[in-house]
Amino acid sequence: MDWTLDKSRPMCPQICEIICLAIANGEFSAGDKLLSVRELALKTGVNPNTIQKSFEELERRGVVHSVRCSGWFVNESIDAAKAEVDSLRNKKTEEYLAEMEQLGCTGEEIIEYLMKAKEVKNERDS
Amino acid sequence: MNEILKCTGLTKRYSNVLALDKIDLTIAPGKIVGILGPNGSGKTTLIKLINGLLTPTEGSVLIAGNAPGTETKKLVSYLPDNSFLPSWMTAEQIIELFCDFYEDFRPELANEMLNRLGVPKEMKLKNLSKGNKEKVCLILVMSRNALLYVLDEPIAAVDPATRDYVISTIINNYNPNASVLISTHIIADIEPVLDEAVFINRGQIVLHQTVDEIREETGMSVDARFREVFKW
Repeated sequence: MDWTLDKSRPMCPQICEIICLAIANGEFSAGDKLLSVRELALKTGVNPNTIQKSFEELERRGVVHSVRCSGWFVNESIDAAKAEVDSLRNKKTEEYLAEMEQLGCTGEEIIEYLMKAKEVKNERDS
Repeated sequence: MNEILKCTGLTKRYSNVLALDKIDLTIAPGKIVGILGPNGSGKTTLIKLINGLLTPTEGSVLIAGNAPGTETKKLVSYLPDNSFLPSWMTAEQIIELFCDFYEDFRPELANEMLNRLGVPKEMKLKNLSKGNKEKVCLILVMSRNALLYVLDEPIAAVDPATRDYVISTIINNYNPNASVLISTHIIADIEPVLDEAVFINRGQIVLHQTVDEIREETGMSVDARFREVFKW
């Protein structure tokens, strides 16, 4: 998991996003135990109350659940985590679209730029 | 009792200088709170009032319902802004001293942290580097099992790696019944660990919010917000 956090955004939603992504990517499977609040606080340097609040938020969204005296676990269904990641992807795409439109691009041009950027990236990676 | 610290109309005047001007501040259990302000804004005055080193000109400060005194010294673990330990003693000897002084001192914790940071325990304090001296002070203060930790500039002189260690020490020691008050002007390093930020300027509280509220409302980090509020 990549725990790079943006200090100009609230920490809570960022922690939720990272955990959802880890579940959607299969780093944690259905029913797995997550890191404890303290472990996660130490790993990220984020306040333990904030981590606790993030877990509670994820519980409300049906991603994780707590087991008394034993910690936080991924729910049996990981659909909620996948849905969170999907809405995050949509949001990022919309932001990107809005910025490109701001720069005067039409829909077709944006797709062209994307294809070009992808080619350059593929070459660099290989 | 639902508040660890309660300041009401707290005022401190040094002859004709108003250092603190009618401060109202309440801190709940389990919170890590940053007291942030430029030099000379009144941070250390506030901290000294909490520790009974100064008496208020007006208003009151209560720690778990008690005015500062013998009882509150058992509850508050205080890291002053300058070295407070006898320089002719070694860390080992000071640990013994703290065992005698404070019922809630945990020597095994202090020893473990000193070993981990590689601070020589048999050297006299005056022969240690400035950073190592600060580490000894912080470790002793955090090794008490207190209700309120008051840290006045805990990270000013230590290197960035040790700053991270200071932050993990605070997290490791986190206890939902206790609160931590940290005064500093080095905000970027400390802001992820805070629950709440109190901005103080010219003796007055100009802002008291949770750090996520600051980020949510302004889209800025606490550090950036601080720079904006205190812009010259």
